[in-house]
Amino acid sequence: MSFDALSGVLLVPAAAAALLAALPDYRLTARLNVVATTLTLACALSLLFARPASGRYLLIDDLNATFIVLTTFVGFTTSVFSASYIGHELAIGRLTPPFVRFYHAMYQVLMLAMNLALVANNIGLMWVAIEVATLTTVLMVGIYRTHEALEAAWKYFILGSVGIGLALFGTILVYMAAQPVVGEGLDAMVWSVLVKRAGAFDPAFLDLAFVFLLLGYGTKVGLAPLHAWLPDAHAEGPTPISAVLSGLLLNVALYALLRYKMLLAVNAGALAPGPLMVTLGLVSLVFAAFMLYRRRDIKRLFAYSSIEHMGIITFAFGMGGPLANFAGLLHMTMHSLTKSAIFFAVGHVAQVKGTQRIADMGGLTETHPVLGWGLVLGVVAIAGLPPLGIFMSEFLVVTSTFARAPLLALVLVFGLLVGLAGLFLRLNSIAFGAPRGPSAKAEASYVPMFAHLLLVLIAGVYMPAALVAWFQNVAGLLG
Amino acid sequence: MSRIDFDIAHLLAGSLVLISFLELYQDRLYALLNVYALHALTLAASVAWQALIQDAPHLYVTAAIALTFKAIVIPLALHRIIVKLGIHREIEKVVGIGSTMLAGMGLVALSLVVMLRITHGADPLAREDLAFALSVVLLGLLMMVTRRNAVGQVVGFMSLENGLVLAATGARGMPLVVEISVAFSILIAFIVIGIFLFRIRERFDTVDVAALDRFRGERR
Repeated sequence: MSFDALSGVLLVPAAAAALLAALPDYRLTARLNVVATTLTLACALSLLFARPASGRYLLIDDLNATFIVLTTFVGFTTSVFSASYIGHELAIGRLTPPFVRFYHAMYQVLMLAMNLALVANNIGLMWVAIEVATLTTVLMVGIYRTHEALEAAWKYFILGSVGIGLALFGTILVYMAAQPVVGEGLDAMVWSVLVKRAGAFDPAFLDLAFVFLLLGYGTKVGLAPLHAWLPDAHAEGPTPISAVLSGLLLNVALYALLRYKMLLAVNAGALAPGPLMVTLGLVSLVFAAFMLYRRRDIKRLFAYSSIEHMGIITFAFGMGGPLANFAGLLHMTMHSLTKSAIFFAVGHVAQVKGTQRIADMGGLTETHPVLGWGLVLGVVAIAGLPPLGIFMSEFLVVTSTFARAPLLALVLVFGLLVGLAGLFLRLNSIAFGAPRGPSAKAEASYVPMFAHLLLVLIAGVYMPAALVAWFQNVAGLLG
Repeated sequence: MSRIDFDIAHLLAGSLVLISFLELYQDRLYALLNVYALHALTLAASVAWQALIQDAPHLYVTAAIALTFKAIVIPLALHRIIVKLGIHREIEKVVGIGSTMLAGMGLVALSLVVMLRITHGADPLAREDLAFALSVVLLGLLMMVTRRNAVGQVVGFMSLENGLVLAATGARGMPLVVEISVAFSILIAFIVIGIFLFRIRERFDTVDVAALDRFRGERR
């Protein structure tokens, strides 16, 4: 395989992982980590302009190009944040140099696995990539070796393994459906072949396969009631990993679901995946919105907010049609950017306060104005207030739903409002009021956080026509 | 395909379901590990038979992995871990044996009804294989939810995975089966190493609410 941008998004992280595993000095490896993610981002951006040919294993089209650019961009900014975060963790002795070395290597393996899952043209390869991504995140969630971290890693491990086990069963069923039509062998697992010939597949097989895939990959998306691993994994791992989990890995699992949804859409006899996704999405939204109220741990608070937003995105894609798909894509992008920005802020907040307990932090806007107002801005964005980008996308989801299914829209709006109030209730005690807890100076890198929030703000105020056209095109692909 | 080929494949897949039931009612860890080794051995035989009748030599690799890794290495490793960590030898169950068995029968009936009804167009060997495989998967899940301790859950997960391998080998000419079984073996190895490193003795060996709160990260 000759080197091109498509193999670049895989080879760069692979080489970087090997290199970072070999180098001991953390300052150097943190910088190299940033360099590697920058190179990967450059490869991903070039995919938008010049596109190498797709083969039987790798595929690039408008849909996954969007996901790859988002993944590599957030991967890049998170690596910048991670450099300062990890420096502090080393300074206070929460991590030791060997663990940091391991962490950086795993970071690149995770980027590799996510990119591979996105570009895989083979449903078996996609499954393997998602399994690897799960394993690496499990290892990173447990990296602090505290009792809680190990418990969280174990829970994530078991639930994630069951999820990917079920997804494999679904994958096998898709192969069985394809085999009589496409013939035995590799072609019956190649996605671009499947989607061309899916019209002739046995619909009953496809239905059953989708149920397993929805349960399996749905666990990885964090849809209620399959979400139990998500809050623990977010709360106990290092904060850069929380940012990557929320902002990226959930999207990758959702991407796998969307591919299969496209497959079912081709077959006239198969069940419509929409209602299933709509139901799971709404359940996740309303459930997570109520769960926001009694959270005492700041990272768990935002983990539940991620479940809420993945619910909205799944709902939007479940509704389908050009407008709802457009809204879903936009919401996914905005959520990734905003949520990772929030986790960047939360990481530094937890470091200066020395705790994640909400009760022990207060008056953040007084003691740490930049950090505090950054967090406030992030929460304003994630709660869906104008003029930020999430307001735009939520508005689109709600209006497109009102036009087609008013009753569902009522539930949706109810969930959104409950979630909004819950977030502000918690934010109030974190950011305002009398200062509580230690107020050491923050040695933070604010650039990634404000870069993300700026992008979200720009998207809310003015979306460039080219971007709108691009999203419309991808929304059309999703059907 | 001759009659005898079909019958032997059927016999081996059916035994796998039966051994899953055997696993369900074990209440001692060592006995559970022995039954699991038998489960993996039967899987290896079944995969080897599929390799023979499908004339697919690469499946012998999967069979060899099942034989050496799952039937020998993993049970021995778990055995050592139980001794070293001093894990309770009895398996605490959430639900009694009687109701677990009834639930298991219900699940097998469910998977037979679902699979045989929707796959009537498919190759008869593949469809019955798939029905058995789904039964094994569901029984593995049932075992995971009815066990309280980590080793019991891991054995549940491993038999679930055996069901998946059975399904994958039953699907004629499926590519990547070997790769997938290797990937799964790595996963299982990680889990076993995880038990050892994380020193998980009993997952929920307390009903103390404060401890559970701490597990859930809701520190007060």
